[in-house]
Amino acid sequence: MGTAFPKKAVSAAKVVVVEHVPHTPTIQSYLPAIAEGLAVSMKHFFKNTKEMIRGERPDPILEGYEDGISTVMYPEQKRPYPERFRGVHRLTQRDDGSPRCVACLCCSTACPAQCIFIESGEYPEGDKRRGYERYPVKFVIDELRCIFCGYCVEACPCDAIRMDTGAHAAPYDSREQFIYDKPLLLSLPARDGSLKTINPRHEPGDASYPGLTREHGH
Amino acid sequence: MSLSQIIWALIKILVMIGFVVNTAAILTWLDRRQGAMMQDRVGPNRAVIKIFGREFRLIGLLHPLADGLKFFTKEFYRPPRADKLLFSLAPILAMAPVMALVAVIPFGDTLCLRDVFRTAGDGGWVWPVVPRYGTCSAGGGVDPVELMVAPLNVGLLFVFALAGQGIVGAAIAGWSSDNKYSLMGALRAASQMVSYEVAMGLTLIGTMMIYGTIRLDDMVRWQGDHAWGIFVQPVAFVLFFTAAIAETKRIPFDLPEAESELVSGYFTEYSGMTFGMFYFAEYMEVVTSSMLLVTIFLGGWELPFLHRDGLTIQFGDGVLLHQVIPHLWMEIIAVVTFFGKVAAVCWFQCVVRWTLPRFRYDQLQKLGWRVLLPLALANVLVTGVADLAIDRAGPSLWNALDVVAEVTQALIAVSVTYVVVKLTIGFFTKRTRRPLIVGSAAKMAQKTGGTPITPMQA
Repeated sequence: MGTAFPKKAVSAAKVVVVEHVPHTPTIQSYLPAIAEGLAVSMKHFFKNTKEMIRGERPDPILEGYEDGISTVMYPEQKRPYPERFRGVHRLTQRDDGSPRCVACLCCSTACPAQCIFIESGEYPEGDKRRGYERYPVKFVIDELRCIFCGYCVEACPCDAIRMDTGAHAAPYDSREQFIYDKPLLLSLPARDGSLKTINPRHEPGDASYPGLTREHGH
Repeated sequence: MSLSQIIWALIKILVMIGFVVNTAAILTWLDRRQGAMMQDRVGPNRAVIKIFGREFRLIGLLHPLADGLKFFTKEFYRPPRADKLLFSLAPILAMAPVMALVAVIPFGDTLCLRDVFRTAGDGGWVWPVVPRYGTCSAGGGVDPVELMVAPLNVGLLFVFALAGQGIVGAAIAGWSSDNKYSLMGALRAASQMVSYEVAMGLTLIGTMMIYGTIRLDDMVRWQGDHAWGIFVQPVAFVLFFTAAIAETKRIPFDLPEAESELVSGYFTEYSGMTFGMFYFAEYMEVVTSSMLLVTIFLGGWELPFLHRDGLTIQFGDGVLLHQVIPHLWMEIIAVVTFFGKVAAVCWFQCVVRWTLPRFRYDQLQKLGWRVLLPLALANVLVTGVADLAIDRAGPSLWNALDVVAEVTQALIAVSVTYVVVKLTIGFFTKRTRRPLIVGSAAKMAQKTGGTPITPMQA
């Protein structure tokens, strides 16, 4: 014989003897059990009604393990997401309001879902940034395609794309609405309301600028 | 029939139908909200009405209104091969008998119009008291008004006749829908209701024997004078309650509708207001069965120790307290008591509906034929023998039984007071809770001082 069940002999210490319920008329009529059940549900009813009237419901997040209604009333109340929650993307801004993104395509390359589309453009002749970096003419993220892995954030050398909005993509009606373009991504604030990031940006010409500049003779 | 009688009949119809229809409407909301409360959920509370820019939600009481509007505006769809006449007739047949059934249910003691008030000699008003067993003062061309729509002598038989009509609506609806689920539901409805009709009828035979009448108002008067039906016929009370729940076709006896098996049973094909009528008829049946239960077993409009002439606390021959109360007050108390009791029983039916699991179909029939029916027959036998024995016994036993009856009245008064006091104390006791901070979400919520409270919580 192959593997019979149970494979091993059960040790006597592990055997749980289930008590046989005697077939007395009280038990067979179910009436005591029914009364018990009714009492339990009535207790819940009175308790919850009282808390509804007096406005004493348990805090759904802090006291969620307590008895009572611990429903989060969603659009009005929200369960706070963890601090490292990867929410909807945003594009961070520089001090002048332009995107920090330099259209290096690192994020769209790193993206396993291929949901980022960037069309990079050169700054016009005479712009002081021309030659140092480019800028995204189009920056589009398909939030339906996104798997929220966070690789784009890790890949970004400029801290230009972040997922710290603390919000999930809102449930829209149509697929078009999930395609977030540059102005929308730039307008999304971080959880603290800021449109920028705390990491400083070192522009060419600043003393702190780490790279080579035009002024270097080379 | 004189003009005043017609006017009084119209008023009584208005009161009764108004109560049944409105309570049924509120029950459609209460059933869901109460179920939610019993299961630690919130339940329907979102329907909102805007008046002058202010939003009113009224703890969700607008949901029945929204439901009604929805039913009226939705399309009435009839399957192409359905029987046109019967398909349209079925909702009416389901609803009409339930409404007609309340005609014989008394909702108050006989109103003596002559004794409501009199002008005293000095121009002031006197509030007369009606004797406990006496009749109204006659004359003046004003008849006493019996507070039931149709003072029929065959009250209970009328109730049985109309309760039986409920089957017809369900059966015709299922048959004419051209849908196998509907047909299954209709078959189940017909057999279930026939089965439980038998038990229901037999349980009440005991009460008829004891009360010695089939007029529902006389039954209530007997209970007021002696003991409530729940004490003289406890077995019949349980059986009748079971059968009445089965008649309303709700959980645990919702086999004809059986959402998990038959879509919606016999009204699967109904939409819009025709569905609404079935849905509504179900809740009206809850109200009417509660009314029957209150009338036959829970003392109708009677309260312990309150009689027609006022409050009399008495055990045997020893009168502890006697306080006369004017007739008008007694009438108001009686009507409020009756409707309050009905509301309480409706509430209890909802508790039952949200507590007990459903039966399987064979279990349902077994319960009907093998348990309820034999028990009902045994109840008839025991009641008959006991009734005969008590009749043969001497006045000493009768006096003893009278004292026992008064003790039961005291028991009701004490237990109801106890429950009310307990609930009031419970209402004002604050619960202590311990927060449990688990996970970063809870930590963040704690940092911001807890979840913000919204009015949507109510």
